[in-house]
Amino acid sequence: MTNAEETASMESAAGEKASGVGDDSRSAISPDPSFLGQVEEIGEERLTPCFQCVKCSGGCPLTFAMDVLPHQLVRMVQMGLKQEVLKSSTIWLCAGCETCSTRCPNGVSIAHLMDVLRQIALTEGVEPAEPEVAGFHTAFLDEIRAGGRLHEMGMVRRYKFRTRKWMKDAGLGWRMFSRGKLKLLPVRIRDREWLKKVIPRFRR
Amino acid sequence: MCRLQTNGKVIMDRNLSYYPGCSLHGTAEEYDASTREICALLGVGLHELDDWNCCGASSAHVLSKEASVLMPARNLALAGREGKDLLVPCAACYGRSKAAQAALEEDASLRDKFGETFAEDPPAKVSIVSLLDVLAEPAMLHRIQEQVKKPLAGLKTVCYYGCLLVRPPRVTGAANYEAPESMDHVLTAVGATPLPWSYKTDCCGGGLAIGRSDLVAKLVDDLLMQAIDAGAEALVTACPMCQGNLDTRQQEARQAFERDYELPIFYISELVGLALGHPGVDAWWRKHLLDPRPLLRARELM
Ligand code: SF4
Ligand code: SF4
Repeated sequence: MTNAEETASMESAAGEKASGVGDDSRSAISPDPSFLGQVEEIGEERLTPCFQCVKCSGGCPLTFAMDVLPHQLVRMVQMGLKQEVLKSSTIWLCAGCETCSTRCPNGVSIAHLMDVLRQIALTEGVEPAEPEVAGFHTAFLDEIRAGGRLHEMGMVRRYKFRTRKWMKDAGLGWRMFSRGKLKLLPVRIRDREWLKKVIPRFRR
Repeated sequence: MCRLQTNGKVIMDRNLSYYPGCSLHGTAEEYDASTREICALLGVGLHELDDWNCCGASSAHVLSKEASVLMPARNLALAGREGKDLLVPCAACYGRSKAAQAALEEDASLRDKFGETFAEDPPAKVSIVSLLDVLAEPAMLHRIQEQVKKPLAGLKTVCYYGCLLVRPPRVTGAANYEAPESMDHVLTAVGATPLPWSYKTDCCGGGLAIGRSDLVAKLVDDLLMQAIDAGAEALVTACPMCQGNLDTRQQEARQAFERDYELPIFYISELVGLALGHPGVDAWWRKHLLDPRPLLRARELM
């Protein structure tokens, strides 16, 4: 095993499910040299200062579920592994807790990077690895676009239409409803025209 | 008259603009009610912003940077008209509003975009304060102590701050962002026993609760096990997402990890209200999925 192969296999072991890096079953890796520039431009931040100290992944609460660890994701963006990055579950499983950004010694805002990558994935029509998470966010914004404030029942209805998870949380929904936590009717703001101007619509 | 400084302004004995946000008008009504009622008892007047909109919370920033800034910006503009400091008790709204404020300051194109859509200049600098900012100021702690009618002696809790009240510190301005203490101070002032633990600012999974509740159940389980390990019989929060995830996903966590814990999850405002002898506390407890009354009875607090 060459050094590079060894590192790659260690990295994929750390990420549990292989991300494509060092995975022999993949026919070819086709890096996109413009990807780093695209991400840096949209995110308005530089990613090259990252020196792979792994502090971001060390503190991330969701690494147990991610297919690529946050520091690996930064490296993959640097290397132009666009499809691998945009298809990863990691970009959708990041909860935006900002632990990584707070602790990075080089001031890389990884939480913000995750937002940028999700937005590129959606704009370019990449199928999200976590359709339920993507479906929740789009259902949420659709609901706000309609009325200006979150109406949970309306949002959950939109979410279920998007994800087809009809029975998920039905029991919990009932327990919340019985304690008056879920309202039957939405409260809408007066200035709804404004909402249409600032909240975009999403295909999924 | 006692006064205090927060963000350079005097808060006590003053009126604040109030942005409840969607959760406090929905799943977290007990946080809204207890916040309003303790502020009234403590001499802080609250005036809800007229026609406020959702700040975008855990979703706008995921999908659109522009929307995630412009949505809170409209609320800040509404608050700017009132000319008072803005109390934002929800940690998510607080974090997102502060982030939007910072982004508007840095980015002229966002300011222009706001001007185009809202036909009003971007909001003048409004001072955004959290409920802990209001409660944990030394003069207010003193006032709380003086007004306590029912000290919460014997109630063993851990303070759970979560993410967005403290992170990123560049935005929140939090000094002690890895180990905050403001909530501990408030609990001490009402006679409770906040215990030390190292999970104060760990994440509960926030907006993943609907899409991947299994992951939230895992994070909730970690937090509850750590709280129990620290000797706590309840957790105290200042965020409707933290309270919501710990309360509503506790059953799922219990089943998934074969546990038998049942830890009530309080809002800090509820415990202050209880200690101040507020007569309406029962209406708050009835909103919890995990009923805190058996614990409160056992500690002779009701
Ligand atoms: S903490 Fe920062 S420098 Fe370290 S690996 Fe993560 S992004 Fe790179
Ligand atoms: S913001 Fe996302 S990537 Fe960073 S630590 Fe939190 S969950 Fe992990």
